Amino acid sequence: MPATDIEAIAEQVFVALADPSRRTILAALASGGPATATDLAGQLPITRQAVAKHLALLAEAGLVTAEPGERRRVRYRLSSAPMRVAQQFLAALARDWDGQLGALKDHLDQHAGKSQEG
Amino acid sequence: MAFPDRIERTVEIAQPPAKVWAALTTAEGLSAWFGKDAKIDLRPGGSAWMRWDGGYTADMRVERVEEPTVFGFTWHIFGLPEDDPRRTYVEFTLEPAGAGTRLTVVESGFAQLPEDAYRTAYDGNTQGWASELGELVDYLDAGH
Repeated sequence: MPATDIEAIAEQVFVALADPSRRTILAALASGGPATATDLAGQLPITRQAVAKHLALLAEAGLVTAEPGERRRVRYRLSSAPMRVAQQFLAALARDWDGQLGALKDHLDQHAGKSQEG
Repeated sequence: MAFPDRIERTVEIAQPPAKVWAALTTAEGLSAWFGKDAKIDLRPGGSAWMRWDGGYTADMRVERVEEPTVFGFTWHIFGLPEDDPRRTYVEFTLEPAGAGTRLTVVESGFAQLPEDAYRTAYDGNTQGWASELGELVDYLDAGH
């Protein structure tokens, strides 16, 4: 798998999350489960047209999937795979080896100090 | 954007490799600087475990044991669900440097993406729309 593909997936997640309306829509789908554009417009301070536009972008990026709902209305569901790719990126940023290696040095220095005293 | 696959750090430590080796590869050593509690079965394929305050635990699998120069293990990528099979590989290399040790740690594998995740990311979307368009066709065919 070319690295550019995984980068492209992570980038789409971060672009999606950079917009407050799309964050709100994704948060609503995460907490409340699959919903139609109309459901979301009813719950959120966003017009139905704006919700539909954002959902189309999110679906194109693979962040939500459209599925048949009641009365033939399209329901949208969060798609977790791209989020997991973004989490990998964040995991690399959050890995604090500088802090851990500092703790290792401190531990060994203290240990050496104690041995010398003893 | 560059996806960070590999993290590498080198530090100089005043203590000799044997002391550093013990800190990296024993439960007593690991629990003193890394986790709050630790257990380790030090052999390739052996399991190791660390726990921190707040209940977070890390399960590790020992991969390389070449005392006192190379210690490697794999562990779960932090933040991913428990059932996600992806793991990063951590390798410590110890080299004598005067009376002390030059310690290098490399953690790699953050950018791995199994084929199934790729398919889920893209095919899920395609299938979603395919079924939706199928419904639209059915709806129109029914004479509406």
